Amino acid sequence: MVKKRGEKTSTCSPTYLQQGKFMIPKLSYISIMDKEGTIKNQKLFKQLKLKKEQIKDFYKTMVLARAFDTKALNLQKQGRSGAFTSCKGQEGCQIPAVANLKETDWLVPSFRENAALIARRMPLVNLFLYWGGDERGSHPREDRYKQNNLPIAIPVGTHLLHAVGISMASKIRKEKEPSVTMTFFGDGATSEGDFSEALNFAGVFKTPTVFVCQNNQWAISLPVSKQTASSSIAQKAIAFGFEGIQVDGNDVFAVYHATKYAVEKARSKEGNGGPTLIECVTYRMGDHSTADMASVYRPIGEAQCMEQFDPILRLEKYMKKKKMITDAEINSVEEQSKQQVEKAVEAYENIEPAPLEDIFNYTYAELTEPLKEQRDYLLALYVGEERKKNPIIEKIEGGFP
Amino acid sequence: MATPVLTMVDAIRQAMEQEMQRDKNVVIIGEDVGYDGGVFRATKGLIEKFGKERVMDSPLAESGIIGTSIGMAVAGLRPIAEIQFSGFIYPAFEQIISHATRMRTRTRGKFSCPMVIRAPAAGRVHAFEHHSESMEAIYAHIQGLKVVIPSTPHDAKGLLISAIRDPDPVLFLEPIKLYHGAKGEVPEQPYTILIGKANIVKKGNDLTLISWGVMMPICRDATEQAKSLGIDIELIDLRTISPLDSQTLVESAKKTGRVVVVHEGPKNCGVGAEISAQITEKALLSLKAPIKRVTGFDVIYPLYKLENYYGPQLPQIMKAIEEVMHF
Repeated sequence: MVKKRGEKTSTCSPTYLQQGKFMIPKLSYISIMDKEGTIKNQKLFKQLKLKKEQIKDFYKTMVLARAFDTKALNLQKQGRSGAFTSCKGQEGCQIPAVANLKETDWLVPSFRENAALIARRMPLVNLFLYWGGDERGSHPREDRYKQNNLPIAIPVGTHLLHAVGISMASKIRKEKEPSVTMTFFGDGATSEGDFSEALNFAGVFKTPTVFVCQNNQWAISLPVSKQTASSSIAQKAIAFGFEGIQVDGNDVFAVYHATKYAVEKARSKEGNGGPTLIECVTYRMGDHSTADMASVYRPIGEAQCMEQFDPILRLEKYMKKKKMITDAEINSVEEQSKQQVEKAVEAYENIEPAPLEDIFNYTYAELTEPLKEQRDYLLALYVGEERKKNPIIEKIEGGFP
Repeated sequence: MATPVLTMVDAIRQAMEQEMQRDKNVVIIGEDVGYDGGVFRATKGLIEKFGKERVMDSPLAESGIIGTSIGMAVAGLRPIAEIQFSGFIYPAFEQIISHATRMRTRTRGKFSCPMVIRAPAAGRVHAFEHHSESMEAIYAHIQGLKVVIPSTPHDAKGLLISAIRDPDPVLFLEPIKLYHGAKGEVPEQPYTILIGKANIVKKGNDLTLISWGVMMPICRDATEQAKSLGIDIELIDLRTISPLDSQTLVESAKKTGRVVVVHEGPKNCGVGAEISAQITEKALLSLKAPIKRVTGFDVIYPLYKLENYYGPQLPQIMKAIEEVMHF
């Protein structure tokens, strides 16, 4: 029985309105490996206890994600796929971060998390389908695919609240070992109202949520300096009563360290460790999307200059120094990735089109009467062979770039 | 044993309490829903009974309430999100239109959002600005959402239980004026009322009078008054705004040939327009007169000194009935 507050006696004292005490949650910065692939912080690196196989796995997944990215951009240029948002340069933020998640944990992505989804074993064909305009791509049908990934969220910042809600459910259920929810977003999203509402709810309900902000410096054409007057995004966590960590987002070890810490904290004792905001400082190597041209607004030479910070290159340098990989092996990893991607493209391009009534079938659990009427109307318009031809696939004038 | 007589707000509370008892996944979140019991006392006593983890006082943030409810629903809970007044849903509009209603389609059925958004709505209560709107038409336009408005305590309980058990998001708009203004018999045992089905409150042969929510008591009066004039009205309470039960409406229109639609919300693109269009498309040749709409005006809802001029009053409805009868 909960005692009503209205039945308790007030603790009102003369100091009730005199506060002046500020509890500032911890802020930290983590960097482990420099851009030459040299470990600068041995202590933190050793704490990771990373096995060689895990490091190799990071590398292979990053190369695969890059191969996917390159191919998806090409398909779009050739008119074989739809508009696409590249995550080139941000593989180092995503892949080590989700490596801390269990299958049953939740990933709540925005639209630049192809690498995170690939690391979560999302079949490449699904990603090609989604970006190719087919909702069937958004979640694998196979029963054996257990990963809880929410679909890609296009509206900026709104999905952070879903991550918090999922975390709240995990606490309400009193799961012995609560599932952790990790959500990704960009620097632009931190200006949205829902960013504040999400972090506020997470702080108040102390939810097992890991907020991963990929500060890639640009929100379409707006540099981060115009996005916020804060000197970091990590420090925004302070206002919501929990810890913020800034990491070198192109350093897989630093990202792995910060996210490992945040995930373990979230998972501890019925999730009471609470949330963490992690800012991965990184760089958007490509355009915002295939509909964008960054050369219009980015300083000349900036993107080229930033290539030296490429997270894949950095890990490669480390691995070469440690004799974990040879040039021949690098070629072979790249070649295998390309082949894997080509196979997925073939599957994507040869899949039977979804039946046209599919547009009705998932609006509600059961078709409503008005929808049955509308579906029958549509089906009557396309009879026999007509139904197999999808008029929308044809190239259109004035289409989205 | 006599069936207990309850107010609508009591019936709503009873529905939530019984559903929370039946299913531990049902949770409540909203502003002041916990220790305060809600500004209309709809959740009074529930925190004491079910604890603060299932009856959550949320920070003052509507998008937060509905956005986190989406997450909870995706993860298997059945959240009831209370928005303190329907006039304050708008910060959460994006969450409703871009996420809650799209989750099932976007994941081809893998994830869905079984959640109820409860919000006090409609006017005639001498309230503050923004506290008196009947904006159901906006929501009827959102695909993937169901919109329900009860007009009696009995309906409120049955419809709310159905909404809580519904596999899809339901917006449940509760007419403030009827919270205490409507009293009626409400069976103690839980029961459901089908969402998507209109209720023929009274059968009749001369004219079909269609309404819902806060306008229903006045439409009952109009039905009585018409009877004394020798007009036999078929009175229909829509109950569900979306999906629209056009079948019941069309059948009735075919029988009577005369239709009047009454709603408090503005006329332009109002639900009355959709009803008129459906009936015209499907029963034109049965109609003996144009369909008449008696609605709120296309103006900002006035502060309460002028409130009575805004929404339909009995004389306006009677006038419309007579015009349609004598067309």
